[in-house]
Amino acid sequence: MGITIAVLTLGGAGLVCALILVVADRFFAVHEDPRIETLTALLPGVNCGACGFGGCVEYARALLAVVGATPANLCPAGGAETAHAVAAMLGIEAGATDKKVALVLCGGDSARAPRRFLYNGVADCAAAHAVGGGDKLCRHGCLGYGSCARVCPAGAVEITAGQLALVHADLCIGCGACVKTCPRKLIRMIPAGRTIHVLCNSPEKGPAVKKACQVGCIGCTLCAKLAPEAIQMNGFLAAVDYARELDNQEVVDKCPTHCIVRR
Amino acid sequence: MTAYILIIVSAVLVNNFVLTRYLGICPFLGVSRNLPTAVGMGAAVIFVITCASAVTWGVQVALLNPLRLEYLQTIAFILVIATFVQFVEFVIKKTSPGLHRGMGIYLPLITTNCCVLAVAVLNIQLQYNLLQSVAFGFGASAGFALALVIFAGLREKIDRACPPESFRGTALALLTAGLLGLAFMGFAGLVKI
Repeated sequence: MGITIAVLTLGGAGLVCALILVVADRFFAVHEDPRIETLTALLPGVNCGACGFGGCVEYARALLAVVGATPANLCPAGGAETAHAVAAMLGIEAGATDKKVALVLCGGDSARAPRRFLYNGVADCAAAHAVGGGDKLCRHGCLGYGSCARVCPAGAVEITAGQLALVHADLCIGCGACVKTCPRKLIRMIPAGRTIHVLCNSPEKGPAVKKACQVGCIGCTLCAKLAPEAIQMNGFLAAVDYARELDNQEVVDKCPTHCIVRR
Repeated sequence: MTAYILIIVSAVLVNNFVLTRYLGICPFLGVSRNLPTAVGMGAAVIFVITCASAVTWGVQVALLNPLRLEYLQTIAFILVIATFVQFVEFVIKKTSPGLHRGMGIYLPLITTNCCVLAVAVLNIQLQYNLLQSVAFGFGASAGFALALVIFAGLREKIDRACPPESFRGTALALLTAGLLGLAFMGFAGLVKI
């Protein structure tokens, strides 16, 4: 007798619960635009926020809210492929896309750019930078505490053994999160596929740079003379103008401090 | 009134579910990697446990006690809690999409959280009435949320402090949890129940 009551009670309770859920599912059913799901599937799904919306789903919602009001080319992670797929689905113009990748403008690893003092605090670039201007002798170089690597949604930033941030261009999705994070502002977004870079961010004069780093730009202007159309002197710092093509091996070979590299 | 405040304070600080009773350790270690997730989880737990203690109290008094089926307590409570959480998820999804996005993903996680069941069972064992049960549920879950948020904050800071390689991850998390529990021992004897 006891077992019958137990089974009936629990079974009945389970049935009532199931009924409640069935009714609730019907009653509270949310009719969502099925296109949102399809559109979200077309997006990369990294939720990096580079499009200016809260994530891939939010971008999909915005695209569908008023078709045509939100451009289809806002996703740098997806690039041209995603823009075309999204545009084809919505029947709007894809718009121009140019894939960009981040570049760390510093080549001074721990072997080549000495430190002024032993920093033993919180392993965060902003914190290290706040302590007497950072522990690196060069006040413009990469501190290497990995703030950029932590915010990177694609895991494209590596902190090398020499305590230097290195962006792997093949993994970089171009969201620009690292650019915003770096307290020393030495990460730049450049067009993908470029190979020759001036890896220095120090605008100081030659002797000062030389004291702080073996691979810094000393402002000798040699590269600017060899490739005047693509490299400009920015005070004492050579800067590649990525708007122009540059494929001149000579500037790499002739740079006296080897701060111009091909990568 | 004082009795209810005492129940809440005792459940939050003195008999903290995570740090004194060692309940709900799984989400405590799992969802405490960063502060925003910990806050979301904490809010979801507070909501679910507070409501679930009322519902399970009703089940015990109205269904199990009259039929002399007290031995089915655990299984009945799990059934009711799971249904309730699922029901709440439907309602939130319909009425407040924003809240659902913030809290929704944590709701299914809570269904089988031992914290929820422990509160429901303790309510009956301590022979609380309905209001006392709700107060106890709220206190216990607020204590859980408090511990979770403090712990997440500590873990975020520890990650930045470059601990030795062999300590990183779970090892240091457990050490930190132990020290946090030790700190909460300072509240012992604050409330006598």
